[in-house]
Amino acid sequence: MAAIDVHDLRKTFKVQKNRGGLKGAFVDLFKREYNEVTAVKDISFQIPEGEICGYIGENGAGKSTTIKMLTGILVPTSGRLTVGGYVPYEEREKFVRNIGVVFGQRSQLWWDIGVIESFELLRKVYRVEEADYKKRLDELVERLELQELLNRPVRKLSLGQRMRCELVAALLHNPSIVFLDEPTIGLDIVVKSEIRSFLKDMNREHGTTILLTTHDLQDIEALCSRVIMLDDGSIIYDGGLDELKQRWGTGREVVFQFGTATKLNRLELLTEGMPVKWTAENNLGATVWIPLEMNVSDVLGRVVGQADITDIKIIETNTDDIVRSIYQSGSANKAEEANLALPREGAGHV
Amino acid sequence: MFNALSDAGSPQGGQDAGTEGQEFRRTERRLLLEAYFDFIRIRFLTMLAYRLNYYTGILIYSLNIGVNYFTWKAIYGQGESLGGFTAAQMTTYVAVSWMARAFYFNNLDREISTDIRDGSIAIQFIRPYNYVLAKMMQGLGEGMFRFLLFMIPGMALAMLLFPVHLPHDPAAWAGFLVMLFFSFLINSQINIITGLLAFFVENNEGLMRMKRVVVDLFSGLIIPISLFPGWLSSILKLLPFQAITYLPGSVFTGRVQGVGIWNVFGIQIIWFAVLLIPLFWLYRAARQRLFVQGG
Repeated sequence: MAAIDVHDLRKTFKVQKNRGGLKGAFVDLFKREYNEVTAVKDISFQIPEGEICGYIGENGAGKSTTIKMLTGILVPTSGRLTVGGYVPYEEREKFVRNIGVVFGQRSQLWWDIGVIESFELLRKVYRVEEADYKKRLDELVERLELQELLNRPVRKLSLGQRMRCELVAALLHNPSIVFLDEPTIGLDIVVKSEIRSFLKDMNREHGTTILLTTHDLQDIEALCSRVIMLDDGSIIYDGGLDELKQRWGTGREVVFQFGTATKLNRLELLTEGMPVKWTAENNLGATVWIPLEMNVSDVLGRVVGQADITDIKIIETNTDDIVRSIYQSGSANKAEEANLALPREGAGHV
Repeated sequence: MFNALSDAGSPQGGQDAGTEGQEFRRTERRLLLEAYFDFIRIRFLTMLAYRLNYYTGILIYSLNIGVNYFTWKAIYGQGESLGGFTAAQMTTYVAVSWMARAFYFNNLDREISTDIRDGSIAIQFIRPYNYVLAKMMQGLGEGMFRFLLFMIPGMALAMLLFPVHLPHDPAAWAGFLVMLFFSFLINSQINIITGLLAFFVENNEGLMRMKRVVVDLFSGLIIPISLFPGWLSSILKLLPFQAITYLPGSVFTGRVQGVGIWNVFGIQIIWFAVLLIPLFWLYRAARQRLFVQGG
């Protein structure tokens, strides 16, 4: 049975319309008008137990709204959902005892008191037995190196320290499903990778199901075998990360710098018969796009030796670029046109 | 459906029939109860974290009593009694009312509306407890902090400075303390209702300010209800606010005695029960239309 099961889930918000001008504001005093905004539009997906799934999309795509419905905070407008066997909004208090939630932008610790006091309170809130709690806390504290922080008030912790404490707070009751809403936001690279490896271990050792939203695609690459991509409230991609890369990263680019002026048509002549595309910036620089199924070395072999080359760069499309171009085009299907607009980043010198 | 790791805290464990299941459920209940009581402790600790607030608090309460005492002294002048209060009873009433306020007063309305407006209510709803009850316990923690650390030293200070006469009758003391607790409950209910309204209106700031003035004025804190014009005081007797300050104050100053204590206590209980209805209804309606701000 799937840990998370979602069918045709929809959430509509009423947003108040403000009329312009003094007269409009006055009219607003007596009669309000509302706009309906659909944040999540009939989405469906299943996440099996033990999977780490990335949930990505632009700001305002509906990620957080989905998470809030899955965690029982929001009541959906329509559709069916079960999480861990419960309908979240119906039996909220029972349901939430089996999930852990981390909101990267909101603290769930008590600001003015020592971290350990918050943990003690959460132990009782989640009805965890003393012995189980001790064992679990020791394990987490050791793994995340929190020994020195336990007696400090939360307001005196750095963001990285706080976020590690937030993780402990969300996991003390050993939940089988964990929701992470931007858990690495604002963290430095060291803390980020620490948190990633911690989550990976937890998933491996305990079989914890994890749903993760993030804007940092390295989180996704490090953790997720599967990605669900959301745009304007609808799912535009649901599948493996490798598949996404393959489908979208349709080719590589090689950038040449020449010592002497080299004309574009001469270069095209060199690679005649190959399905490659040349573009020139000026007489001393040109770029060739090579489809994925071709060997870069074949193209290089034809060009090197025939032209006076001073530098070669091979550009692999990375996930950032892929996702950016999907966001820009707004659909995971229009691969071709977006691919041409791929920015040149992540260059590797040869 | 849940893997074996969620042994502690999983409802599946609780569904086993027999004594083991019962034992389990008892432990569950005990732990939840402990959690609610822990909110009192946590709020107490939080209040202790800011020492300056504590010192200024004592000063402010003593000042308030002083200002009211001298105002009433000027009003009485040579006069004997006003609205059934002698000057001496009025002094005691003022001191006791302000000290009672130290216990029943809290900012739950503001806390709840802030939770709603900045979206931190999301954090509250991912926890397996009742939000309103948890808030109520935090309010109680705050009240107990003020009771022990403002009210008792403040009362001692007020008794040194002003001619305050506390009753000798143990019934008055017992009645007052029980009624003080109900003052807290009723005042908190009104606060929570005001706070929860933030779910339905974009900005309930004006509402909260109005509520504060209304409670201070109509509860008899600033002017005892019997001093209001006849028509107004008969309206105020139909409102819940008098149950917050005026009724317990009347018991403590000895204006209401014997069986009368039971009558005024009955009024408090009725208001406590009546206010549960809008509270419950608002909370349910709020859950349905909850809109977490900011994404």
